[in-house]
Amino acid sequence: MEAFTTHTGRAVPLRRSNVDTDQIIPAHWLKKVTRDGFEDGLFEAWRKDPEFVLNRPERQGATVLVAGPDFGTGSSREHAVWALQNYGFKTVISARFADIFRGNSLKNGLLTVVLDQKVVDALWGLVESDPSAEITVDLVAREVRAEGITAAFELDENSRWRLLNGLDDISITLQNEEDIAAYEAKRPSFKPRTLQV
Amino acid sequence: MGRTLAEKVWDDHVVRRAEGEPDLLFIDLHLLHEVTSPQAFDGLRKSGRGVRRLDLTIATEDHNTPTLDIDKPIADPVSRAQLETLRKNCADFGVRLHPLGDVEQGVVHVVGPQLGLTQPGTTVVCGDSHTSTHGAFGALAFGIGTSQVEHVLATQTLPMARPKTMAITVEGELPEGVTAKDLILAIIARIGTGGGQGYVLEYRGSAIEKLSMEARMTICNMSIEAGARAGMIAPDETTFAYLQGRPHAPEGEDWDAAVAYWKTLRTDDDAVFDAEVVIDAAELSPFVTWGTNPGQGAPLSAAVPDPASYEDASERLAAEKALEYMGLDAGQPLRSIKVDTVFVGSCTNGRIEDLRAAADIVRGRKVADGVRMLVVPGSARVGLQAVSEGLDVVFKEAGAEWRHAGCSMCLGMNPDQLAPGERSASTSNRNFEGRQGKGGRTHLVSPQVAAATAVLGHLASPADLTDAAAPTPAGV
Repeated sequence: MEAFTTHTGRAVPLRRSNVDTDQIIPAHWLKKVTRDGFEDGLFEAWRKDPEFVLNRPERQGATVLVAGPDFGTGSSREHAVWALQNYGFKTVISARFADIFRGNSLKNGLLTVVLDQKVVDALWGLVESDPSAEITVDLVAREVRAEGITAAFELDENSRWRLLNGLDDISITLQNEEDIAAYEAKRPSFKPRTLQV
Repeated sequence: MGRTLAEKVWDDHVVRRAEGEPDLLFIDLHLLHEVTSPQAFDGLRKSGRGVRRLDLTIATEDHNTPTLDIDKPIADPVSRAQLETLRKNCADFGVRLHPLGDVEQGVVHVVGPQLGLTQPGTTVVCGDSHTSTHGAFGALAFGIGTSQVEHVLATQTLPMARPKTMAITVEGELPEGVTAKDLILAIIARIGTGGGQGYVLEYRGSAIEKLSMEARMTICNMSIEAGARAGMIAPDETTFAYLQGRPHAPEGEDWDAAVAYWKTLRTDDDAVFDAEVVIDAAELSPFVTWGTNPGQGAPLSAAVPDPASYEDASERLAAEKALEYMGLDAGQPLRSIKVDTVFVGSCTNGRIEDLRAAADIVRGRKVADGVRMLVVPGSARVGLQAVSEGLDVVFKEAGAEWRHAGCSMCLGMNPDQLAPGERSASTSNRNFEGRQGKGGRTHLVSPQVAAATAVLGHLASPADLTDAAAPTPAGV
């Protein structure tokens, strides 16, 4: 996983709530068997409209997505995170994220930042009036900064440490091999098995 | 202080607990399908890792599989490649697989319970958000992403933050004609698509205790549509009776030991939930969605709401966008909405009781002119059972299409899709824009409402069928 420390970039204001993962990446894209090449599928249906915010010339090259509440609801597809990253987004800001999407994002180094809707409104106002305005998401200081706006955000220390260091969950877990083996040894015999090995 | 059901199951699976870290949980059952696993197997190969517990892992094919001509090669080369990838991965790593054409193939959340693999007090994960279905057995069941799929394959554990708990207490008697699907749609409309966020929901109360296992699965299945981490129902005699004799249920002394443990899996009287919602079953009626998220629903007897009636600005905007996408007018009675397609199936409502309920309504009647009705069993076994009861004949005589098992029209990944602008009454779980095909419009309904809608051509409940031509539907 790529480490995330701090990022500064222009933003895309997405004034929609309940942006579900079927909108972020439609199901027919899920037939791919790789983690890349999803950028053209990102918000595919909405991008057919030339006026959709992602299509505006002033939003090209933007790396910060500022979205409405309940972003990433629905399907567990991690492809939604890959699509956002493949397109070039480094971080997503919203008042509320769906749990599975949030977990997926943090495991891939896409920092999802929870801010009050009031701050999201202020960020929307700023980047809509000045598309060249930049937003800084600073994970070291746990702070979002933009012209006239400074807002602290919460992220549990463990997730933050993994993100700052770009750590791979599986290797961390395997350091606890003894604990896993000890647990396995005491599992009751009535627990289900899919096959005899 | 006492503990809730979710806390008991959680505590029984903690492999390692350390201050400031998520708990490391042991996973009892890992279900795989073709869509969310290829990149995980790829990750294992790249890091030279294997599957730690093949005996706790099982795979099937469901999302991409066609429901017609299953003996012929799959027409879409990309779907075919994804299924072939799963077959190769399972062969390479030694994972048990039930591919298309196998008698145990089907939607992953129908297959696990019917094999008896889903048991009370287990932890179940799958790279699919509707894994919450398995909570109906008193299992703690989470939908996970592909990185977590790889993590479970490699370690049989997952680091997870302890969730909060919410009681959804449903007391009283569901009125005649009101089903588990109506209940869960009403719950989601009440608490919202984000209302369950961070929580494991426990459905309890006298109305829940009276439900069959299949109805309980319908309820838990849609927990994710309320944003919940999982949904659970305490196991009881209904659960034990469902499990006994299934291929992977414990036997002999193991059965006795299991039941003794399962009986401890109830929320203690003095346990405290972090939140509680109380619902009066008697107030419920058939419930349908009008919008583009599962929280945008209303009783069938109501009208399409006026976006101006929402105080919250983002809800108002969402309602405006939903009506525009759905091609509906504020104030229009829901019963006046005409449909092109009716879909009965999915991990929400593709089990035998669902098919029986729909068949009881269309028996001796005809699907309305211009309406296409698809009936898709949730698994090959459910399909065989339905055929043995003659339900396939009932559906075909009514003019419906009887298909092979799979996810089918629940999501646009296989040939069963809506065309742009087409409208469906669907027993599936998501009414998102384009979910059933680009530009398709979805109304979520129960199997009973789906069947009545197919006959009348507009959203309707069985009570709207006033013709004397058909026998009175049983069990509705």
